[in-house]
Amino acid sequence: MAHQPQSTPPTGPATRQRLLLVLPMLLAFALGLFLYHGIGKDPNAMQSSLIGSQVPEFTAETLLAPITVVTQADLLGQPALVNVWATWCPTCRAEHEFLNQISNLEGVRIFGVNYHDQRASAQQWLLELGNPYEFSVFDPKGVVGIELGVVGAPETYLIDAQGKVIDKLTGELNERTWPPLREQYLALQTGVDNGQ
Amino acid sequence: MGNSIGFDLVKALLLWLLLVPSVSHASIETYQFSQPEMAQRFNDLTTVLRCPKCQNQNLADSDSIIAKDLRAQVHQLLEKNQTNDQITDFMVQRYGDFILYDPPFKRSTLVLWLAPIGLLLMGLLVLWFLARKPAVQAAMLTPDEQQQLNDLLASEQQRETHHD
Repeated sequence: MAHQPQSTPPTGPATRQRLLLVLPMLLAFALGLFLYHGIGKDPNAMQSSLIGSQVPEFTAETLLAPITVVTQADLLGQPALVNVWATWCPTCRAEHEFLNQISNLEGVRIFGVNYHDQRASAQQWLLELGNPYEFSVFDPKGVVGIELGVVGAPETYLIDAQGKVIDKLTGELNERTWPPLREQYLALQTGVDNGQ
Repeated sequence: MGNSIGFDLVKALLLWLLLVPSVSHASIETYQFSQPEMAQRFNDLTTVLRCPKCQNQNLADSDSIIAKDLRAQVHQLLEKNQTNDQITDFMVQRYGDFILYDPPFKRSTLVLWLAPIGLLLMGLLVLWFLARKPAVQAAMLTPDEQQQLNDLLASEQQRETHHD
């Protein structure tokens, strides 16, 4: 554009136009930031609507002893993990050794929910791979699963001694995903030791 | 000639494929309802409830274990004479607002509901700026300059008429 005689003060249309040119760039930058923030996030990871509330009521058989009936009350007394697993779930197999480890070495209290499974093959699995669970709830029809808001195996809930759900992990429990849960677990434990 | 007929046929087929709605219901299990109106409500509910596992399918369309369980649950709750609202509440309690294709308007869904309006307003703002631009340029001429321009145009016109 050729030189135009500037009849307006320097803060006139020209400056405003330049600002307008920068505006789309700023918007694109903001959008870029927003999208960058989403990279690497698991779209399947949902905030459980159960967090902050009590473990729902249930009555079910245990996996190893069909005549033993357990309820949500059997999970109380100490902070614990509730791990939803099944023999048809490859990620469950991948995390099983890690569960054994934290159960045996760190003394973490873990309950299982055997989800949509066959009793015989689930029992066999524990014989072969080891049993990190205090007991496993046998849930062949996913009834307990629906109460817990389970989407699929594996899922792991952290509950406190009174049965309040503190946190939930969707997916594999391993060296990478355990530390943040572990921190909360240990905090709950010291709370219990202090007589709270 | 025969070739072009074949081509037309392909075009017609493609058009047909485009227009036929792709409805596929994966649910294979059949449910018995004690009242016929429940079947309709079952269809309605499994259409507006989203499968928590597959995310882009509703309960009716999904083949996943959880969708199957939740369909059975909807059936069971219907037979217990629960209202549609009670059934959706049951699902939201366990799976959160996520399970609704039509989430309620509240703080956590504010962006979801307001973003389209915000974007529309931004678009209108841009349009407004673009439409305003010529007026800004015209206003850049001072009255003196405008007079100069008019004189120039007038003399040009005069010259042209002289030439003719």
